[in-house]
Amino acid sequence: MSIGNEILQQIVNGVALGSIYALIALGYTMVYGIVRLINFAHGDILMVGAFGAYFVLVRFGLSPVSFVAAFVFSMVLSATFGIVIERLAYKPLRNAPRINALITAIGVSLILENGFRVLPFVGPNPRQFPTIKTVNLKIFDISVSNVQLIVVIVSIVLMLALNYIVMYTRTGKAMRAVSFDRKAASLMGIPTDLIISFTFGIGSVLAAAAGILFATAYPQVEPYMGIMPGLKAFIAAVLGGIGSIPGAMIGGYILGIAETMTKGFISSQLADAIAFGILIVILLAKPTGIMGKNVREKV
Amino acid sequence: MNRKYRNAAILLAFGVVAVILPTFLIKAEIIDEYTAQILTLAGINAIIAMSLNLISGICGQLALGHAGFMAIGAYTAAVFTMKAGVPMPAAIISAGFVSAMFGFIIGFPTLKLSGDYLAIVTLGFGEIIRVVMTNLKGITGGAAGLKGVPNFTKDILAQPTVSFAIVTGTLVLVLAALTNFLNSSYGRAIISIREDPIAASSNGIPVFRYKMMAFTISAFIAGIAGGLYAFFFGYLNPTMFTFLKSVDFLIIVVLGGMGSITGTIIASYVLTYLQELLRFLKDYRLVIYPLILILIMLFRPKGLLGRAEFSFVALFDRIRKPKEVRK
Repeated sequence: MSIGNEILQQIVNGVALGSIYALIALGYTMVYGIVRLINFAHGDILMVGAFGAYFVLVRFGLSPVSFVAAFVFSMVLSATFGIVIERLAYKPLRNAPRINALITAIGVSLILENGFRVLPFVGPNPRQFPTIKTVNLKIFDISVSNVQLIVVIVSIVLMLALNYIVMYTRTGKAMRAVSFDRKAASLMGIPTDLIISFTFGIGSVLAAAAGILFATAYPQVEPYMGIMPGLKAFIAAVLGGIGSIPGAMIGGYILGIAETMTKGFISSQLADAIAFGILIVILLAKPTGIMGKNVREKV
Repeated sequence: MNRKYRNAAILLAFGVVAVILPTFLIKAEIIDEYTAQILTLAGINAIIAMSLNLISGICGQLALGHAGFMAIGAYTAAVFTMKAGVPMPAAIISAGFVSAMFGFIIGFPTLKLSGDYLAIVTLGFGEIIRVVMTNLKGITGGAAGLKGVPNFTKDILAQPTVSFAIVTGTLVLVLAALTNFLNSSYGRAIISIREDPIAASSNGIPVFRYKMMAFTISAFIAGIAGGLYAFFFGYLNPTMFTFLKSVDFLIIVVLGGMGSITGTIIASYVLTYLQELLRFLKDYRLVIYPLILILIMLFRPKGLLGRAEFSFVALFDRIRKPKEVRK
């Protein structure tokens, strides 16, 4: 395989991985946009979603119907988790210093991870995620697997759906209003608490989908599986400009491609370090990210 | 006697007692070896938690990568003694300096950020340090770990006593240095950054320089604690220094009170002991820990002591003249 093909191959792999990151990053960015909180538990919501799908698939076997059922079930499960967490842990701290909310988010993340670890039907050991048989399609020497195709298509459909909700519905308009100015939105009669819950719900639904896709691509589920994709998706969100929805998508793809390139050409062990390196460079060169707005500091 | 000297003498007495009394109890086997180990580990935790409190509680810059500085200190101390034959005290001090050097290098770009971003970048650096340690197989032994790090003493029977005395002695020294530093004009400048960076800056305090100072000192202390950790355990592995380890120290700082040095020390002894006490709960204690963290944040965000300090001098006054104090 020539070097050009090799690069194209890694880009294809990167796009598949990047769409998963983009889905997770959307949740981060929406939540940050609306409550200015880095939701550390977001990666663990992904894990909850993956486990939800795992149990459905193990119980009902692999068929298109059970696959759809798995998606629906894990999305509902994750959304419930997301909304309940927001109500119990984050809402009381909405007016507290941000450092407190951040520490609480870390606590919630640990509770989800360790809580799932001690659940008798989950346990600490990784489990094989039931997945469809991988078929590789060859297009001009570049191999694309059916799993990768599914990952990319599902995530694009979800992103289009999200775009529709945010841009063309009343709820979406309310979400944008709340993220622009919560107090003013509340004065205009927008039920801000409800909208914030809804945002957490949507973000969790996307995380659940990302969890299933992640578990399909790397067929394994375990309680700590959400940490690394969560952190990387966060980097993607910062890279794209935190608070910006198109930014999260772009950031996700860039990060995915950067990671597969590192794995393919430099060293697979350094991939995580490279991701954090990107984060540091971005924060130093352009802290608002690619699509972010400049916020002037008021004195 | 002058009040200043009197207070210094009281503190010195308390410090000496805190080190020597338990040391004798351990030597006399009134405190058993297991408890002695917990107390020693709690001492190490207290030193790192103090260093984290300096940057997060006192300077107000949340850092999530202190396990990284601890790792640098631990590996420096271990490698210096094992490969270069540096004596132990020198190795521990150089661990502090190497870690402080990294703190300076890392702090220079990152401390321009604040708030959430700083937290994430320090987390990122902590992880990068760990990944690099895993990949530097020639020096650190890589993922297999570094075996055969010498302990504080070769005499196995004297081990608990010596370890406790060295660790607690260091703790007292660090505590004394840190409280003096915080009562100096430098310390006040650092506190003013936490209170309001803009106001501090408009009062002529070079905010960035003081943040750098706090961060570098914090890395120095964490490095020293890392060195102690290496000699205490005698084995090092990069997986000992993950993000979760940094969070452990954060829990200690939050429980003790962000900004209270004595609170941190109390919390680290309480939590380290609690961790052993809750062993019967097996994995369930992994849930209890973060639950404590969230409950503190929801119901007592200041932590146990808030920003107050436990004062030995006040305690002494109270013991001596209880009525006068109450008046």
